[in-house]
Amino acid sequence: MSVKDRVIAIIAEQAVLEPSDVTMDSTLEDLGIDSLGLVESIFAIEEEFDISVPFNANEPEKSDFDISSVASIVAGIEALIAEQKK
Amino acid sequence: MKRVVITGAGTINALGRDVPETLEAMREGRCGISELEFRDVERLAIRIGGQIKGYVPENAFNRQQMSLYDRFTQFALLAARQAVAQSGIDFTGALADCSGVVLGTSGGGLTTQDENYRSVYEEGKNRVHPFVVPKLMNNAAASHVSMEMNLRGPTFTVATACASSNHAMGLAYHMVRGGTCSVMLTGGAESMLCFGGVKAWEGLRVMSRDACRPFSANRNGMVQGEGAGVYVFEEYEHAKARGAEILAEVVGFAMTSDASDIVMPSKQGAARAITGALRDGGINASEVGYINAHGTGTAANDKTECAAVADALGGQADRVMISSTKAMHGHCIGGTGAVELLACIMALRDGIVAPTIGYEEPDPECALDVVPNEAREADVSVVLSNAFAFGGLNAVLALRKA
Repeated sequence: MSVKDRVIAIIAEQAVLEPSDVTMDSTLEDLGIDSLGLVESIFAIEEEFDISVPFNANEPEKSDFDISSVASIVAGIEALIAEQKK
Repeated sequence: MKRVVITGAGTINALGRDVPETLEAMREGRCGISELEFRDVERLAIRIGGQIKGYVPENAFNRQQMSLYDRFTQFALLAARQAVAQSGIDFTGALADCSGVVLGTSGGGLTTQDENYRSVYEEGKNRVHPFVVPKLMNNAAASHVSMEMNLRGPTFTVATACASSNHAMGLAYHMVRGGTCSVMLTGGAESMLCFGGVKAWEGLRVMSRDACRPFSANRNGMVQGEGAGVYVFEEYEHAKARGAEILAEVVGFAMTSDASDIVMPSKQGAARAITGALRDGGINASEVGYINAHGTGTAANDKTECAAVADALGGQADRVMISSTKAMHGHCIGGTGAVELLACIMALRDGIVAPTIGYEEPDPECALDVVPNEAREADVSVVLSNAFAFGGLNAVLALRKA
């Protein structure tokens, strides 16, 4: 599975949806994922890819990790994998 | 002052998944203590406990709930659901705003702590699930009960080790009696049966390897249990107005501190709590027909408790029945008073006094009627429930037949 498909699977599971219902332009809010759901998703992503995601729930806007859509999350994770798996 | 009655009860413990199952086991003198089953149990010297076996949390909770509910929270919710269903109360509007939850627990989410310490220390993991803190905190059970039942008034947790539930129920009683709240959900929950939980108790060298035999001369220690008991404490007029079935009336409560030793019990501290509860309830010692003992099965507790009862009740101590149901369900620590209150309600409502099972040899230092091994029929109008905790903290409740 590609990084994109694996991330979508994690987000879909958190949102209790089918992966096919999660599109790249969906926002977490669209998918009904709240703040606890977000930190749980980040945990699952860290476990899945064995990476560390720099995200502080107190100041999400200051994080380099962009959570504004599924596409931005996937892009952020691809970048983190490239950086941390060198 | 308002009168306070119990209009709902719920439980899960090693004897049963609800109140009827538990009371049936108590009537039959069944033992719920068995071989412990959990990871690393082979590294323990103590391998028995009142563990709830065959429990499948997924039958009661969805995946999202499971990620937030430690085992002790699950037990509290299951018991609260039963209690609220029996009482028939719907918490909405002004009633919801002034109704709350007071629960006792000692270890809180100890299983969650144990699993996650193992993960970071033993397995060397550097990442834990984000809900570890909300899952392990001692007030998690009270908060989730408040959320599920829409109770928006005073809600908190009391931690006084083995007296936690009695302190919690005493405070709930005070809040309804004083008029702060019309209805309170109260009781306690505990789940310490994991490797770290039992290993810590093992260190104290007060645990039995084979059985809990309260008041018996050959007793050799306590056996831990787990579970929850939750009750609906309701103002009498409120309960009457809605035609609720009244299980019993809470009539007295007292708490004392030994102010002497962190683990050794004191006769004076326990006796002062018993006489305090009688005084608070305007009860004559001669009215007390049954006492649910703290009765841990340790050498120190049982003889001290019997001496305290003799001092507090005088001549009535020779007539009163006193039993420890811990020999059946184990010592449920912070939830134990709540599970044991069921035996008090059974004595008042059904006229059946739960036995002290595992009783083998009379002990001259425990020379009271401890209802050995078999339940007894009796007409009982007033009962006491004793809890004497490590830390020297004592809490005694008095109930009267409805």
